Amino acid sequence: MSGEHLVEVRNLKQYFNVRTGFFRTTPLKAVDDVSFNIGSGETLGLVGESGCGKTTVGRSILRLYEPTGGEVYFEGKLVTSDNITELRKSMQMVFQDPYSSLNPRMTVSDIIGEPLDIHRLYTTKKERKEKVLGLMELVGLNAEHATRYAHEFSGGQRQRIGIARALAVNPKFIVCDEPVSALDVSIQAQIINMFEDLQEKLRVTYLFIAHDLLVVRHISKRIAVMYLGKVVEIANSDELNDNPQHPYTLSLLSSVPIPDPKIARSRKRIVLEGDVPSPLRMPSGCPFRTRCSYATEQCAAECPALTERGAGHFVACWNK
Amino acid sequence: MKNVNDLPKKSLMSLQVDLSKFMPATEEEKRQQDVMSESTTFFRDGMKKLFHNPLAMISIVVLLLIIITIVVAPMIVPYGYSEIISVGGERDKGAKNLRPFEWSEAEQEYIAAGNELFPHIMGTDALCRDYFIRVIYGTRVSLSIGFFASIIVLIIGLIYGSISGYVGGRTDLIMMRIVDIIYSLPDMLMIILLSVVLDPLLSGLTSGPLQTLGTNMISIFVVFGLLYWVTMARLVRGQILSIKENEYILAARAVGAKPGRIIRKHIIPNIVSIIIITTALEIPTAIFTESFLSFVGLGVQAPMPSLGSLANAAREGLNSYPFKLVFPAVTICLIVLAFNLIGDGLRDSFDPKLRR
Amino acid sequence: MSDYLLEVRDLNTSFFTDNGEVKAVNGISFTLERGKTLGIVGESGSGKSVTAYSIMQILSDTGRITSGSVLYKGDDITKWSKSKMQSFRGKHCSIIFQDPMTSLNPVFTVGNQLEEAILLHTDKSKREARDRAVEMLELVGVNEPAKRVRQYPHELSGGMRQRVMIAMALACEPDILIADEPTTALDVTIQAQILELMQDLQKKLGMAIILVTHDLGVIAELCDEIVVMYGGRICERGSVDDIFYNPKHEYTSGLLRSIPDVTGRRERLVPIAGTPINLLNLPKGCAFSSRCDKAMKICLEEVPVEFELNPGHSAACWLNMKDMLASQDGGDCE
Repeated sequence: MSGEHLVEVRNLKQYFNVRTGFFRTTPLKAVDDVSFNIGSGETLGLVGESGCGKTTVGRSILRLYEPTGGEVYFEGKLVTSDNITELRKSMQMVFQDPYSSLNPRMTVSDIIGEPLDIHRLYTTKKERKEKVLGLMELVGLNAEHATRYAHEFSGGQRQRIGIARALAVNPKFIVCDEPVSALDVSIQAQIINMFEDLQEKLRVTYLFIAHDLLVVRHISKRIAVMYLGKVVEIANSDELNDNPQHPYTLSLLSSVPIPDPKIARSRKRIVLEGDVPSPLRMPSGCPFRTRCSYATEQCAAECPALTERGAGHFVACWNK
Repeated sequence: MKNVNDLPKKSLMSLQVDLSKFMPATEEEKRQQDVMSESTTFFRDGMKKLFHNPLAMISIVVLLLIIITIVVAPMIVPYGYSEIISVGGERDKGAKNLRPFEWSEAEQEYIAAGNELFPHIMGTDALCRDYFIRVIYGTRVSLSIGFFASIIVLIIGLIYGSISGYVGGRTDLIMMRIVDIIYSLPDMLMIILLSVVLDPLLSGLTSGPLQTLGTNMISIFVVFGLLYWVTMARLVRGQILSIKENEYILAARAVGAKPGRIIRKHIIPNIVSIIIITTALEIPTAIFTESFLSFVGLGVQAPMPSLGSLANAAREGLNSYPFKLVFPAVTICLIVLAFNLIGDGLRDSFDPKLRR
Repeated sequence: MSDYLLEVRDLNTSFFTDNGEVKAVNGISFTLERGKTLGIVGESGSGKSVTAYSIMQILSDTGRITSGSVLYKGDDITKWSKSKMQSFRGKHCSIIFQDPMTSLNPVFTVGNQLEEAILLHTDKSKREARDRAVEMLELVGVNEPAKRVRQYPHELSGGMRQRVMIAMALACEPDILIADEPTTALDVTIQAQILELMQDLQKKLGMAIILVTHDLGVIAELCDEIVVMYGGRICERGSVDDIFYNPKHEYTSGLLRSIPDVTGRRERLVPIAGTPINLLNLPKGCAFSSRCDKAMKICLEEVPVEFELNPGHSAACWLNMKDMLASQDGGDCE
């Protein structure tokens, strides 16, 4: 099946060893057996709450963390630590915090041009300058700001700088790790539109990681929902919205505050009891069973796998 | 809150409504509202702040004056630091412990005979040497030792701390435990032990400047190199650990930067200000330590003076000639205070955590 | 005149920094009635949090109320002495903050911190205070309250810490609860729990709530009345239906157009152009003018006055005056 999709993630595992005693370490299963595919030119949204492992998935795909297990295929080729430097020209990342993802001692031109420098993508200084200015224009930044330092810009503008940096190598695939969460609402819309425009213009593929369901639904063609390191449901955006099946997805969708008073007043909420269990002491079997109203004995015994329920709609649940 | 219904009751004239104002505004007009502030780098911003700090500026001026004095004075003052005062070619035994600007009998005769003599600005010491020039040379020694010792501390601490901080993990653990052990060693004891051990080893050395300084001085440098770098190492490591947390380091890796590039371009520029500040504050410690060691007799060898040894020699005649202690002591205080205030000023200007 | 629980009149607050005077709040007026929830909406830099802190007078050292008054049951609290303010805070008006991790003192147990609030404002004995603390924890839905009371903040999850904060704020049964972005730092499912809790508590205890947030979804869920702020001024105020279904200020409509459609239709978002204003250099006229599509020349020169459009619904926008003039002259001016 490889070769059909741009990015294939198979049984990805990322465990971190955490010190729990004087000599003991316990593995923190941040990502536990995650698999999905992303087609060329499409956007896969990855949602979940804090601690579900979505950021770790993104970083593991780009090999910023060395995966504990599983494989990642890019254009059909297995990604290893040998070919990763070369592949970094095709896979890039946009980070969440516009304040800490830019080096305060570097100018905009330095930051955006760094990928060009590392991969030697120009032959003359003039060429470099032109490329940098071109990228700035692409993301809507003023060319005369190229010599300024990052701290002189607002959050939205910094995020544009980060995006320009990711685009410098002309990648085919970009992992967007909560790129708009730290921005004001009015700026978020600008950046979201920019992502859409860039996708149309440059045919980039996105893995869009966020916790804001409304934003993810807007920009993604397909959505994967994660909980405590596992993917619990994958479906097309509209399908997930109209016909969510996993109990966690149901509760997640009903918890999202809707900016529409009439709908907010009339809808029925499924409020989950209790808190998210600690990932160091994960429940046996299905991780969601401690908060699930449909849980049965089978859920404690064995973790359900993703099974197809309809065209492209996968759910990991024994009971629904 | 104005009620829309109220307005028609007043005539539009009284409101002085200019109907032309209700035309749409042009993009030009709107853009005038949006001004980006002047571009400054971190460095320029900090220097500006420093210039507004009165204590720091005074300290810089004082230090500059001291440095100019110690460079220029030996060219003006005709006495040598180990030279016994001689009048008309003959050693003047009466020139002992003269007060500032006082002349000995022989010198007074000499002047009466119509000759000119450079005044003893700080008097003379017990061995008939001009005190002023001795204080000048003492300051030179103290400042240079302070400076070089700080450089040694800086280099060793920087390298050690960088490796420990960047590599992390078990390496960091072990390296920091070594630092802890070194930290707990008593420095005075180590210096004394080392000078005892190194004395026979180093007296074999024949190179000029080292000999004048004396083996004690070498052992001071050795001790600084062995013991005093730990503060810098800890600081550098701490800074690197906190910088590593920043996403721009991760971003650099994502873009394909190798560790060398990350250290060079991303980590070091961000710790430079801290290093400068710490070094500025390290210099007075070094000077003070050297002064103390010279005071207890473990410092530079006679006849080369150092502010500490001068202070020590002044102890004997303290009741009769207090000025001999005052001059070197005040000089030490001025230098140490100046460096401390400059270091504080630098920290206030450049340390981002203190910024509002 | 004052059956308003809280009345803010023409409040101006500034921060005096090295770089100049930051005019965070510029002439805000609003009222709060018993048992109601008022939402203050705005993005970062709008002055909404500063307004809340001004009411409680917990501004940082460089901040000061430069003019205006805050009337609590008719009394101007800006004129009160320090000790009177101290008894006001916590007893009559409480505040809960955004980040539950840093708002609780890590070296004291949860019970200690709750009791502190109780002992300060009532003359209960220590034992009574302890009992009340357990009672409050139960009220806010913390499970095993007797056990939790002896735990430290780091032993609790984010959602539970926020509940503890709410318990602390409500321990002395204040009339007013100010919530400054209470759920922004929480996960969506926990957020839902906390919002539901706040609604329940309001029904039970009858306090008025001032909810400060940038999240329009939270506002729609919880608030009766809304005030929209930009650049330290109020753009629009009205009931929650007025604001969401009939916005009369370009900023408000701009905000509503920038959020993704709730029904999931993938229409392109219409963002507000430009970047939020610099509070060091407030423009002469309307703070929003440089970003407004429909800005007129007068908008750049004069600060707009608030025009009442319907009872309770008003907006500070010259476009409303233009409409009024147009309708007056039967379409003569254009």
